[in-house]
Amino acid sequence: MWDWDESAFSLWESGLFWLFAIVACGGAVSVVISQNVVRMALGLIASLSSVSALFFMMSADFVGATQLMVYVGGTIVLVIFGVMLTSSSKLVKIKASPADGALAAVIGVGFLIVIAFTVGSVEDWKAGAKPETRGYNYVEGGPATGNTLRPLAMSFVGLRPDAPGRSGYLLPFEIVSVHLLVVLVGAAYLARAKRKVPTDSQQKN
Amino acid sequence: MHPVLAATDFEWAPLLLGVLHVALVGAFFGLPAGIFIWAERKVSARIQDRLGPTRTGGRFGWLQSAADGAKLIQKEDLAPKAADQFLFKLAPYVVVVASFSAFMFLPFSDGWVAVDSDVGLFMMLAMLSLEVIGVILAGWSSGSKWALFGAIREAAQMVSYEIPMAICGLVPIVLLGTLNLNEIVHIQAGEWHGGFPPMLNWMIFHPVAGPAFICYFVCATASCKRAPFDLAEAESELVAGFLTEYSGMRWSFFFLAEYATMYAVSGIAAILFFGGWDDGLGIHSWLKNLGWGGALAANLFGAVVLMKKASVLVFLQIWVRWTLPRLRIDQVMTTCLKYLIPISCALFLAAVVYPLILVTAFGRPMILPLEATGERVGQPTANDRIWNNVEAETAALSEGDE
Repeated sequence: MWDWDESAFSLWESGLFWLFAIVACGGAVSVVISQNVVRMALGLIASLSSVSALFFMMSADFVGATQLMVYVGGTIVLVIFGVMLTSSSKLVKIKASPADGALAAVIGVGFLIVIAFTVGSVEDWKAGAKPETRGYNYVEGGPATGNTLRPLAMSFVGLRPDAPGRSGYLLPFEIVSVHLLVVLVGAAYLARAKRKVPTDSQQKN
Repeated sequence: MHPVLAATDFEWAPLLLGVLHVALVGAFFGLPAGIFIWAERKVSARIQDRLGPTRTGGRFGWLQSAADGAKLIQKEDLAPKAADQFLFKLAPYVVVVASFSAFMFLPFSDGWVAVDSDVGLFMMLAMLSLEVIGVILAGWSSGSKWALFGAIREAAQMVSYEIPMAICGLVPIVLLGTLNLNEIVHIQAGEWHGGFPPMLNWMIFHPVAGPAFICYFVCATASCKRAPFDLAEAESELVAGFLTEYSGMRWSFFFLAEYATMYAVSGIAAILFFGGWDDGLGIHSWLKNLGWGGALAANLFGAVVLMKKASVLVFLQIWVRWTLPRLRIDQVMTTCLKYLIPISCALFLAAVVYPLILVTAFGRPMILPLEATGERVGQPTANDRIWNNVEAETAALSEGDE
């Protein structure tokens, strides 16, 4: 969407980046802090939409659009459905016990450390790394303009326009698709109308 | 980025460009919505054998929307005591912003689009699907049972109808091979070919995409919460559904978004199935080749053509609203799950198979003697690179087989 040019990465672009980064983190924190289920859902919406905005800033149009469609659109509706159809009014307010908080803190901090080390170990992402080494701009006029759809789609069906001869992603794609189908069939099986077992009183009548 | 701006060294140029685009899109978002509100009053009056607005702004009452707006701004901004104040006040903005964002990806004429994206259609549908969040927030935060009923109905309806809507939108995508809305119109535009007007290139005349339009339009009407699918409002059962507790400007935001969304989904339909800004008689391409100022004239003409097409489809939605009774909620779900989803899946399958059968039988993917597609635009360098690489790869693969 925007040209990824080092000189053009100017004040307003980094301003937008910080805006979306802060909203993403703030939304995530508000999900944890808030005790009202619907406000939590709103925090999740804010966080996920900001992440999709960050994707757009990185010229990843398709990933950003998918983030909006699948996570923000779909998941939030599911969350709200779950909240409204399963909980009575006393559960609208959720309060975690201190033990839960401690457990979550341990896992969260551990995960943060893993992420920080991983990110720090990537050569291309270190400060002062030359732009040439930062990923590879595999299609001319491709990622820089955000038009990643065609190379992405062809990689999914097994052709690699960026690297001829290398294997595509057809097998992982199919495995994930079949996996999702299995999950759907399983969900439909679990949610089906149960056949009524006749009770004693009914048998007498 | 626009080439002119990319050539300048002015650092704030992209920001200025953004503000300009947002202002223009805002005009195209707000003004048609006002006009359609007036049109709804006039058309409904006509259907019910009344006159409708006749005084405000002359004989035809065409200033009625402006008068309504002035009235609504003056009203007190109320929030019920039982409401969740913050969410209650936020909800109208969520709906308006979601509807507005969809217009960023709608090309009004050749290249006249705020964000020319390769995933344009996908983005528009994603943005429009966010509207339901605002409606659910409104219904939940109102602290009223009527509003909550309306919101739950709307959520159930939106989640169901999005699926056939997206699948029907995919039918022309599969046939044309691109998600870029600008390119979709370019491919549908063509030249006269021995007595056949270029109009026949439009997807509506395609034996598979034609029925897909009808299916899409039903789903689009439902996704705008328009009668016969206005279960979320259902003023005869639920007072006013999710709008029950709203008044003044916040109430009118919901309606602004509703009419703008009608325009957006009609714009998508016009682009996918009716050739977008292409007039179908070759006038647009004739204007474009006129020379001096011809391109600008062609673009202006194209914008008028697209808005005409979209307005006709909006009129169709208004017409349907005032002539059909509201469905029950179970009928709404049956229509979608038992009829529209199977129909759209069958059409999608047909769209994949049909060109293959034609190619096998006749050697070309169309029956009519027209050119199969118009010109393909976009990024020729990128595509050439891709196709060259793909050719190299298939060559490498076939060598490996031998």
